[in-house]
Amino acid sequence: MGNLKNTKKKNHIKKAPHSAYVLRLYVVGKTPNCLSALTNLKKICDAHLPLNYEIEIIDLLQLPELAKDDQILAIPTVIRRFPKPTRKAIGDLSNLEEVLHGLDLPINK
Amino acid sequence: MITANRKKTSVKFLQKCPTGITGFDQITLGGLPKSRATLVCGGAGSGKSMFGLEFLIRGAVHYNEPGLFIAFEETDLELTQNIASLGFDVDDLIARNKLVLDHVQIDRTEFKEIGVYNLDGLFIRLATTIEKYKIKRVVLDTLEVLFGCLNNETILRGELQRLFRWFKSKDITVLVTAEQGANTFTRYGLEEYVADCVIFLDNRVENQISTRRLRIAKYRGSSHGCNEYPFIITAHGIEITAITSILLDYKISNKHITTGIDQLDTMLGGSGFYAGSSILISGPAGVGKSSIAAAFANGTCKRGEKCLYFAFEESVDQILRNTGSIGLKLEQWVNKNLLKFHAIIPNSTGLAALFAEVKQLTEDFKPNIVIIDPITCLKAAEHLDEIQNIIAFFKNRNITMMFTSSISGEGTTEFANNDEGVSSLIDTYILLQYLYGEGERNRGINILKSRGMAHSNQLREVIITNKGINFQDVYIGTDKVLAGSARLVQASNLEIDNSNRESDIKHKERELEITRKILEGEITALHAKLEDAKEEEVHLNRQKDHIYNLIKKSRNEISKIRMADITKPSKHTLRGTKNGKSKKHKEKESY
Repeated sequence: MGNLKNTKKKNHIKKAPHSAYVLRLYVVGKTPNCLSALTNLKKICDAHLPLNYEIEIIDLLQLPELAKDDQILAIPTVIRRFPKPTRKAIGDLSNLEEVLHGLDLPINK
Repeated sequence: MITANRKKTSVKFLQKCPTGITGFDQITLGGLPKSRATLVCGGAGSGKSMFGLEFLIRGAVHYNEPGLFIAFEETDLELTQNIASLGFDVDDLIARNKLVLDHVQIDRTEFKEIGVYNLDGLFIRLATTIEKYKIKRVVLDTLEVLFGCLNNETILRGELQRLFRWFKSKDITVLVTAEQGANTFTRYGLEEYVADCVIFLDNRVENQISTRRLRIAKYRGSSHGCNEYPFIITAHGIEITAITSILLDYKISNKHITTGIDQLDTMLGGSGFYAGSSILISGPAGVGKSSIAAAFANGTCKRGEKCLYFAFEESVDQILRNTGSIGLKLEQWVNKNLLKFHAIIPNSTGLAALFAEVKQLTEDFKPNIVIIDPITCLKAAEHLDEIQNIIAFFKNRNITMMFTSSISGEGTTEFANNDEGVSSLIDTYILLQYLYGEGERNRGINILKSRGMAHSNQLREVIITNKGINFQDVYIGTDKVLAGSARLVQASNLEIDNSNRESDIKHKERELEITRKILEGEITALHAKLEDAKEEEVHLNRQKDHIYNLIKKSRNEISKIRMADITKPSKHTLRGTKNGKSKKHKEKESY
C-alpha cells in the first residue's frame, strides 16, 4: 500500500550496548510521514536519552505479519517496548512535547 | 412480487453475491451487490454480527468463497464460541482456511496521536490476509470502533474512503456493520462511504414477544423487497420469512387421502381430502375438533404414512388418554414412529420462532400430514402473514395440513367470525356445531367448503362413542333439526309408521288376490258358455240348410209333376244361405 520500497528488513539504530529504552518504529516504505517520524523520534531520543536508547525500524511491507502480532493500526507507530509497560504513539511525532508524554520518556533538562 | 420478473434483467447490470441466508437472497433478488460494500446497521443485539458471520460461513460452504471476519470488538475465541452456539462447524472451515477470523485489538488508552498518520497498519494486515487466503468476502464488525479510538476524524474519513476504493478494486464483497444513529443510518455516518446497499436490522418487543425484522433501506442498481421482513436466529442461522415473496406455484396433487372417518370421506365425495390441501376444523369448545383431528392422524398412520401433531393446548399423555377413550389407539403409531407429538404452549416463544420450530421439525420428521391443534391460540387473525407463510411452506412440500380452530358461540349462523381471515387460505372448511333441542346438546358436522371436489351439503350428527366417531343423518322437522334422543324418537316413530304401512299393503295384496281369482273363475265359465253358443249356432245352420234343401227338392218335384220350369234360386236366396235370419225371411216370402 505504501508507495516507497525499502530493501532493508530491519534497521537498528543503536546508541549503547545495553540500552534502557528500546523503541520500535513501524513504517511503510519511505513516505514523508514515516521519514519525519523517524527524524523527530531520533531528535527526541538524542535530546532526552543520550546513548541510552535503541530504535528498531520495521517496514510493514517487508514484514506484514507483524501488523497483526503487534496490533499495528496506524502508520507510523512507535512502540516503547522497554521498559515495560509498553507505550504506543501514532503519527509523524511532530509535537515533541507530546511524544515525551505519550511514550512516557524521562525529560532531560 | 412485481419485481420478480425483472430479476433476470437486473442481474445483467449488477452482479449479485448470494448470501445463502434463508430468505435474504429472495428479497434482494440474488444477494448482496458483488464487489461492493454493504452496510448492515441496527441497534445493539439486532443481529448484525450474526448476519455478517452467516454471510461468510454460507459463502464458504455453499459458494466456495473464503471469507475474512475482522472483529474490532470481540476476540477470535469469543467469536468461535458465539458461532459454535449456533450449530455451525466453524472449526473445520477455519482449519481449511475457508473462514479467517481476525481480531483487531484497539485500546484507546494505549496510544497517543501525535501528528499526521494513516491506517496502513490495518490495511496491510487486511491485504496480507486477503491475498494469503484468496479471500472473496470480508466483514468488518464494527468499523465504528475506529471513530471511538482515533481523534482525527479527517484522517479517518479519508482513510475509510481509501479502504473501500481498494476493496472495490480487489473485487471483494464487503459487509460493514454499524450502530444505528439517532437521525442518520449510522452513528458516525458510515453510509457516506458504504452507500451501495444499506440493510436495517431491528429487534422490537411487542406484547412481550420480541420480533427481529430486516429491511433493505437502499440498494443501488437493483430492485428489492421494501417491506420489513421478520426474521429469527435459529440453530441453523438467520431465517427470514419473506412473506410477500412466496409464490403460489406449488404443485398440486389429485391424490385423495382418507379422513379416518368413512362417513366423512363419503361427505367429501367418497375419497376424503386432497393430499397437500389445507383443512380447517372449526367449532366451539368441546364439540369434537380434536377427536376428528385424532381420527385423521389415526387414518394416516394406519395407511403407513407419517403424521406430525402440534398440540398447543394438551399434553401428549392427555391426548393419548382422551383419544383412547374414543377407540383410537394412537400410542401404537407413536411407538412405530409414524406419529409424532409436539406439545408446547405457543406463547412461551415468539410466533416467528415457533414457526421456525414447526418448519424445523417438519424438515426433520418429513410427515405426510401435519395437525396444528388449535391454530386459534396463535391469534390467527393478527398473524395472517405468518400463517399464510406456514401454509405455503406445507403446500410446497405437499404436506396435508389440518388446523383446528375454537370459535365462540354455538357455531351456528354467526359462525367463524374468528376464522374470517384464515378461512380464505383454507381448502376444506369443516364446521362443527352444537344442535340444541329436547333439553339436549348434540354435535353436528357440516362441510362449509371444499375446494375442487363435490361435497355433501348435508348437516349430520356426530356421535362420539368409545368405539369411535360415527355420523348419523339428522331429521329435519318442520322448523328444526332433530338430533340426539329427538332423532331416536323420530326414528322409532318412523319405524312404526313403516311397519303399519307394510301390513296395510299386505292386507290389500291378499284382497286383490282373491278378487283376481274370482274374476278368473267367472271368465272361465263365460268362455264355456260362449263355446256352447257357437256350437248351437253351427248346429242350427246345418239344420237350416237341410230344411232348405228339402224344400227345394220337393218344389222341383212338384214342378215336374206340373210340367213347369225349374225355379232358379234368386240372389236373395243365395245370400240367405249365408245369413240365417234374412234367408228365413226370404223363404217365407217365396212361399
